[in-house]
Amino acid sequence: MTEFLHPTVLFLIGAVLIPVLNGLLRRIWLLLVPVLAIISVATATPGAYGSLRFLGQEILIARVDKLSLVFATVFTIMSLIGMIYALHLKRADQHVAAFAYVGSALGVVFAGDYLTLFLFWEGMAFASAYLIFAKRDQAATRAGFRYLMVHLTGGVALLAGIVIYGAANGSVLFGPVEGAMGVATYLILAAFMLNAAVPPLNAWLTDAYPEATVTGAVFMSAFTTKTAVYVLARAFPGTELLVWLGTAMAIYGVIYAVLENDCRRLLAYHIVSQVGYMVAGVGIGTEMAVNGAASHAFAHILYKALLFMGAGAVIYVTGRRKLTELGGLYRTMPLTVALYMIGAFAISAFPFFSGFVSKSMVVAAAGYDHRAWVMLLLTLASSGTFLHTGLKLPYYMFFAKDSGLRPPEPPRNMLIAMSIAAALCIGIGVYPAPLYALLPHEVDFVPYTAQHVTESLGILMFTALGFVLFLKSLDPEKTISLDTDWVYRKGARAFMWIADVPVARYEQAVSRFSETVGLRFLHRSANASLRADLGGVDAVVNGVASTILQGGRRLRRVQTGIVSQYAVAMVAGVVAAIAVYAVVWQ
Amino acid sequence: MIARVVNFFGDPKYAKPRRLLFYAVLVLVVVADFLAPRVHTEYLWERLPGWSALYGFGACVLIIFVSKFLGHQGKLMRREDYYD
Repeated sequence: MTEFLHPTVLFLIGAVLIPVLNGLLRRIWLLLVPVLAIISVATATPGAYGSLRFLGQEILIARVDKLSLVFATVFTIMSLIGMIYALHLKRADQHVAAFAYVGSALGVVFAGDYLTLFLFWEGMAFASAYLIFAKRDQAATRAGFRYLMVHLTGGVALLAGIVIYGAANGSVLFGPVEGAMGVATYLILAAFMLNAAVPPLNAWLTDAYPEATVTGAVFMSAFTTKTAVYVLARAFPGTELLVWLGTAMAIYGVIYAVLENDCRRLLAYHIVSQVGYMVAGVGIGTEMAVNGAASHAFAHILYKALLFMGAGAVIYVTGRRKLTELGGLYRTMPLTVALYMIGAFAISAFPFFSGFVSKSMVVAAAGYDHRAWVMLLLTLASSGTFLHTGLKLPYYMFFAKDSGLRPPEPPRNMLIAMSIAAALCIGIGVYPAPLYALLPHEVDFVPYTAQHVTESLGILMFTALGFVLFLKSLDPEKTISLDTDWVYRKGARAFMWIADVPVARYEQAVSRFSETVGLRFLHRSANASLRADLGGVDAVVNGVASTILQGGRRLRRVQTGIVSQYAVAMVAGVVAAIAVYAVVWQ
Repeated sequence: MIARVVNFFGDPKYAKPRRLLFYAVLVLVVVADFLAPRVHTEYLWERLPGWSALYGFGACVLIIFVSKFLGHQGKLMRREDYYD
């Protein structure tokens, strides 16, 4: 067996060296590391690497097989595209975070046991959160904290699930779950579903991605949800629940996309929708369905990144993100329009674009599995996909009313990155054989039949007719949409109200009592109690509040500050996780 | 070249040829669907030529109006400062 150079090692070493290098040397390094990672994945021999015993448990750092390789291949390709897109950034911080993020995602994809998986899972959450904070405005900071909070909660659920699972099964090796579903498997499933943005655990995605930096959102659109699809495909193939959640998800994203005004949030809702196809594919669980999920993840990463790059380019040159404030950009940005539209055709599954050869595999698998409803609903969702990503968004962003903006095309590195992604979207669509060869199972599926082509074109072109006829109803409105993040954005305030109002009532009651009772003694003692209340209780309450505020401020300083402090925090987290683990098992 | 194609789809002076092209494509797609050989047809609708055109149009209209209904009547859409 040949050696396997774990691409995570490349990215982590790569991340450490970025701040040391400067200028041209750094730019070469930023591209060299993804290229080396692509080579290391392309030349990897399937097998198990890095097997060791740790605290009495069997650990497997890397398990290389076809399922992990297909995800690793597209992750490394995507890291190269993303780095080219971000190459104009002068500061090192986002590059470091992106490398750590990609490295962690690859760590999850190769992880052979739950503990390795958990460590990289958390690494992903922290590294990606930095890509939100790096935008450095108040909305981003708030969204970043919400994002971290949700993912750390998911991480706790995952760890709890792993600990119970390990205690029950005596092994933490990561593979298909066996036997009946119990508390442990449900906790693990919930954590995986959270990262896959399955409703109602979806709102973190559409809340946070549009607040990330232009280049950061491109990375984020690719990795977190797709690692979740991978772990679901590994551990929970054939879980009936996932079929229905996936189908619901595909439609959920489409419905919200109609209402959305923020261009990247609209695209984020389409991540939810597209990941729905993959989750449904995993849930169906047949060889064809899992192939469909994996190939759709592959195609999706490339076209969704292309769409985020296109929308990001518009934000980069105009500084605007709302459809109501954009329009008429086609005059000065024809290349961006053309590249964006290639991504839009790919996500809509037009023949000869990548979505056509991957999405149809999931839909066909549902058909072969005698699930007529799933098939019909997924087809309905793909009509909605074209309606928004292919028609509404480009129409209001690039055409429609003239916003008066005459921005130039984005920097050349952005156009190159988009061109590579666009070339792959077309390449996969025209010649899907290399992608099919990568898939975990033998492919017995021919996408290009006359019937399939005319059927798809019928759906898509008559969706366009509906768009043309009801254009007025689709005009974007200056609103935001309520999603399940309401629970922790408004619900937290309800909690504060409970804490606040009864305390205030109590104070009022005390003061009224002291005023109405004539006896001096009582008056005085009541005054004393009021004083204690104001001076003591309130001081404590205020003190706690101000401490939390200060803590928040300090935390914010940490996040805007230095990468090394971040690294220390991550290491501390890892140590804490190991300590918890050790205590439970000893 | 790319700029000219993009301009064709943007410039108002091409509105008429654009519309004609669009209708021609619609007709072609339906005609092609009637001509396409149907190999394995498991479900009823797969045997109906032109079904996909109807379904695509129906799906599009349904999505637009159900979503807007939920947004306006279901109160999903709120003012932009709702969370501030």
